[in-house]
Order: sequence, then C-alpha cells, then structure tokens
Amino acid sequence: MRVGLFVTCLVDLMRPSIGFAALRLLEAAGCEVVVPAGQTCCGQPGYNSGDSAAARALALKLLKEFEGCDYVVAPSGSCTGMIRAHYPALFKDDPGILEAVQRLSVRTYELTDFLVNVVKIKNIPGRYTGTLTYHDSCAGLRELGVQAQPRALLAKMPGVTLTEMQNATTCCGFGGTFSVKFGDISTRMADRKCASITQTGAGTVVAGDLGCLLNIEGRLRRNGDAQTRVLHIAEVLAGDNGENAWK
Amino acid sequence: MEVTAMHFKRKATEKLNDENLQQALKKLQSRFVDSRATALAELPNFPEIRDAAAAIRERVIRNLDGYLLRFEQEAAARGAVVHWAEDIEDANRLVVEIARLHGVRKVVKSKSMVTEECGLNDYLASVGVEVLETDLGEYILQLAHEPPSHIVAPVVHKSKEEIADLFEEKHGRPRTTQIAEMCREAREVLRPGFLSADMGISGANFLIAETGSVLIVTNEGNGRLTTTLPRVHVAITGIEKVVPTLEDASTLLRLLPRSATGQSITNYVSVLTGVRGKDEADGPEHFHVILLDNGRSRLLGTELQPMLRCIRCGACMNHCPVYQNIGGHAYGWVYPGPMGSVLTPAFVGLENAIDLPNASTFCGECAVVCPVKIPLPDLMRHLRHLQVERDLRPWGERAALRLWSWAAQHPAVYAMFTRVAARLLHRLGGKKKYLRHLMGASGWTRGRDMPAPSGRTFRELYQTRRAS
Repeated sequence: MRVGLFVTCLVDLMRPSIGFAALRLLEAAGCEVVVPAGQTCCGQPGYNSGDSAAARALALKLLKEFEGCDYVVAPSGSCTGMIRAHYPALFKDDPGILEAVQRLSVRTYELTDFLVNVVKIKNIPGRYTGTLTYHDSCAGLRELGVQAQPRALLAKMPGVTLTEMQNATTCCGFGGTFSVKFGDISTRMADRKCASITQTGAGTVVAGDLGCLLNIEGRLRRNGDAQTRVLHIAEVLAGDNGENAWK
Repeated sequence: MEVTAMHFKRKATEKLNDENLQQALKKLQSRFVDSRATALAELPNFPEIRDAAAAIRERVIRNLDGYLLRFEQEAAARGAVVHWAEDIEDANRLVVEIARLHGVRKVVKSKSMVTEECGLNDYLASVGVEVLETDLGEYILQLAHEPPSHIVAPVVHKSKEEIADLFEEKHGRPRTTQIAEMCREAREVLRPGFLSADMGISGANFLIAETGSVLIVTNEGNGRLTTTLPRVHVAITGIEKVVPTLEDASTLLRLLPRSATGQSITNYVSVLTGVRGKDEADGPEHFHVILLDNGRSRLLGTELQPMLRCIRCGACMNHCPVYQNIGGHAYGWVYPGPMGSVLTPAFVGLENAIDLPNASTFCGECAVVCPVKIPLPDLMRHLRHLQVERDLRPWGERAALRLWSWAAQHPAVYAMFTRVAARLLHRLGGKKKYLRHLMGASGWTRGRDMPAPSGRTFRELYQTRRAS
C-alpha cells in the first residue's frame, strides 16, 4: 500500500517532529510511505480568505503530486478537511477536473482516522506514561468525524490515562488567520480552553492539529504555565514520551 | 436600526473587557446550550425531523412567490389585508398609513426583529404615535434606549442589578432585585398599555399559506394581548417566513422552541386567522399583514439562498464561541452571531460589514446546531470570496495572502523562504523557545506567545535522513 504523506505547511515549518512521527506510525502499520518533495500548502488560507483562484491552483498542484498514491494521509484534521470536504466544491463547475479531485478526496485521510479505519494498526510504536487530555480540533471533528479514532489509539497505550476535559469539542480560537485578525477574541477563546485543560490536572494536552496546539501552548505560556505539555497525537503515538519521535 | 457593523473589531474588544456583560454571557451555556441538548435528546427521530424541516423551508424558498400569493389570497378571504413592502421605508410608511386610517394614537408591540430592522419605534414616535414594547426584554431595552443583543433573549447582556437600577429610575418605585417582583412591577406598568392601545403590532414566526394565518410563539402571553385586545392588529414579517400548511408549521414547531430555548413547546402558540367574526368576542376588527422584502428576494438564486431558510431560533449564536465571548451588540445590527454575519452583509451591503463574514473560526458548530441545516460557514466563506473579488479587504492582508499563495505555488522559492524563516524564528525564540513579539502578527502575540520553530524544516531534515 503506497501512502503519500502530506506533511502540511505548519508542520514543515514549525514542528517537523510531527511529520516524522506520522511517518513512523505509517511505517509501523506496514505502509510504503512516499513524501512528495514539492509539496507546500493545501490552499486553505487562500480558500478561507476568499481567494478561490489561489486555492484552486494549489489543489491542482497537490492533486498532481499525490497522483500515484493509493492514499494521502495528513497529520491534520484541518488540511484533510480542506482536501476532503472543500476541494470538490472548488471544482464543482469543472466536471473534467472534478472527477479526479473527487478520487483524491475519498482517498485522503486524517492520520488517526487512517490508522484506525484503513490500516487498522495493531501495535502502537510509542510509549507514554501519564495522564493526557484530548482537545477535539474543529475541522477533524465536524468535517471528518474524527473523535473516537484518536481515543481508540490512546487506549491501546498501556501507560496512558485519558482524562476528558469539559467542552473538549469547543473551538480553541485558532481558526487560521482568525487568530491574527481577531487576536483579542481568539485569546479569550484560548483562555476558556486552557482553563478546561488545567481543570483536568492532566499535565499534557493532546490534539490532532498543530494550529490548535500553537494557540493553546502560546496562551498557556503567556499566562505563566510552563509545565503543561502540549503534544500532537502523532508525537504521543510514535515517540517515547513524544520527545524522540523524529530521531 | 442604525448599522454599526463596520466597528465590529473595536466593539468586540470593548465587549471582551465589559465585566457585567461577561458575567451575563455566562448564562448562555446553561440556559440555551445545555437545555437545547436536553430537549433534542427527547426526540428519538431528530435527524429525520431536521431533514424534513430543512426540506420544507427549501421547498418554500424555491416557490416563494407561489406560496406568498396563496397566503395573500387566503388571508384576504378571511378579512385580513396583505401589504407588500419592498424596503423599510415602505414598511414604516404602511404602518403609519394604517395607523392614520384607523385613528391610532397608541400602539403596543410584541417582539419583532423585522420592526427592529425597520427602526419602526423611532419612526412612529417621530410622527406622534406612542409605542410601548410589551415583551419584557424589549420593554427593558426600550427604557434603556438600547437595541436587542440577541434575537430570542434580547436583554441577555444585562444583569439583574442593572435592570433593577433601570426600573427604579424609570418606574420611581423602591428598588428590588427579586425577579418575581420585578416581573410583577413590569406587568403593572404594562397592563394599562394593553387596555388603552388602539393598535397592536407583532411579528410572525410563520405565515401559513393554506389558511392565510399568522403564527406566533411566545412565552409571556403578551403576544396574545397585543394581537387580540386592540381593535387593529398589524403583523410585520419577512417574505421568507411563509410555510405551505399548518402541518408543515407543526413540523417546524417541533424544532423551533427546542433549538431556541430548549423548550419542547413555548407557553403560547397563537394561530391568528382573519378578523373578529360577527358573533365572536375576541380578536381585532382590522387585521393587516405587512410582508417585507428589504433585500431578501435579492438572495434568491444566489449562493446565499439557503440563508432564507432561517427560522430565527438563535441556536447558531448560542453555540458560537465568538458570540459567547462578545455578545450581540458588537455585530452592529439586528441579527448577531453567525446568522448576522451572513444576513447583515446581505441586507445592508458587504462594504458596510467588512469584518462580519471573517469573524468566525469556521469551527462549524453553527451549522451542526442549525435546525434547518443552513451551511453558515460556507455562506460566510462565499461572502469572503465576494470581498476579495471586490477588493474590499485591507491591502496588507491581500498582499500577504497573495505572496503566500504565490510562494506555495513555487516549491523552490517556498523551500528557501521556509528554510530562512525556520532558522530566523528559531533564533528569535532564543533559549526560552517562545516568541513574545512577532512583526506583522501582533494580533497573535498581544495575547499569546508563539512557540518557536525547531530550526530546520521537515523537508530539510527529511532530505538529510534519506541521504544518510
């Protein structure tokens, strides 16, 4: 099974460890993983900001890059949601391309969804000892139905205790460019999320989207919380305490 | 109502720092979000009812003219007069004409968002007609000279203490913060109004085409007094509120109160049909229905058409994490929250509400809770698309996005750019590994640190790994 790993632009730039963790997980599940070298961004910033032309150009670029793959997998609900839920809308008036886009859409998966529902991974390579709480990122949850999958994977890790936070499915306030355009509102939303996280006493918060993680971590640190760890689900599943995943 | 949607950003920040408002907004969660969840859990076939409700509304919108003409015909057959208002000037003029025709000097009103759209109260006052709001929330706002901040709970932004102060000042009675006593006080002030008014003005939750009836749902009973006690009743509503049959209305009623307040049904559901009959004791002698367009028909056949399905339950705002933090006034017009972020630009012009379609993280909860399945994030995104087409966004934002999209389409340039950025930001992060200031991203760093990148991009590290 040839799986194309879509690393996502945020992971590429901000936290490569997540990309390597995803790679390790896919390999552990027995996939042949390819990482197309020219990949950049799925086009979501342009699409959500109203620049459909730019989004279409990037969609076509991605389509070409992952042409030979049986599946495309990304460690991000939001970018996967873009490809799965929104690419077809971008080409709805272009039947020639639409068909190819739809074929790409249906074989594109969010990482945990893919591990649970497609390859049905048995052995989780990482080890983690401690209590976690899981934040459900919006696009993964509402566009793709990713909710049980990460929890099922964490349940396979003997050292992990999952403590659910209140309002786990409430937005953390990231929202892509929203977090910069409406920084004050975004910060207040992050505050509520941080309070829910702290209340669990878990010590580590995990999510499937780096955008949310940067937002949550940024607010925790600004508020003087240097302790609470903020990890991507791939880091937890792939690495020893999430730290060595890329080594 | 004055449109101040252009000041969204500034007003949102003000509202975030308004302690009274923040305390008041905390009520939303238990009052609306939790109770909606409980009320919907009682419906075993909720998804099917929701599908049916969305289908009814969509069918109406697709054949709007036909259902409206049927409504007019049936209403007229039962003694009502139907008027068509293209815009708010038409609507206001029609109300005054009706008032003059029947020698009206005093009006009682039951809550209607469409009359807020029209600024009807001020208009009536300007021609010398006295207006009394009778919905408790609207009455409080009338005393305070404020617009509603929520379409179902107009006064949700005010604390009990603020209302007690207001009552003390305006009623001249001893201050009390006991809710039951405050309600009784308001009732005592309002009752003579009902008895002395010549005309009652209400909105309409639905117009029933097959019977020509106006259906309204209320919890306080003031709606019934407003529509049946005075000799003239005027119902003002948007043209999209028509539904084909009573049975269709009852399907929608299974979702409207549950979505709005978490009630299985409201205390009163009034179906008002025609004028008082010859041998009947109740009802108005004259019944007028004003059907307002005010931009609604412009949405037909456009990407925004699904918005016309809206039944004004307010679930989208109750569940919107943005609304939950800033309340309704920041949105700057009649309809706040996600619905307002679509309706305001659609009705008052995109150029007058630049920020509203952008004031969403696209978390998608509004679409999840909408009882008639309006894809609100898609509609906001469409408005953002129109903004870009018309060059309405600030140039800096446009330039940044264009640069990003261009670079992303040129992998070599992109790789170089991210390589430099990763190193630079890593350095700036220093030992602490966090950036406290970031040029061009003060919106982020004002309230949050930015975790610094680890210094090498994934693509660089991956190439190294493959080479070794």
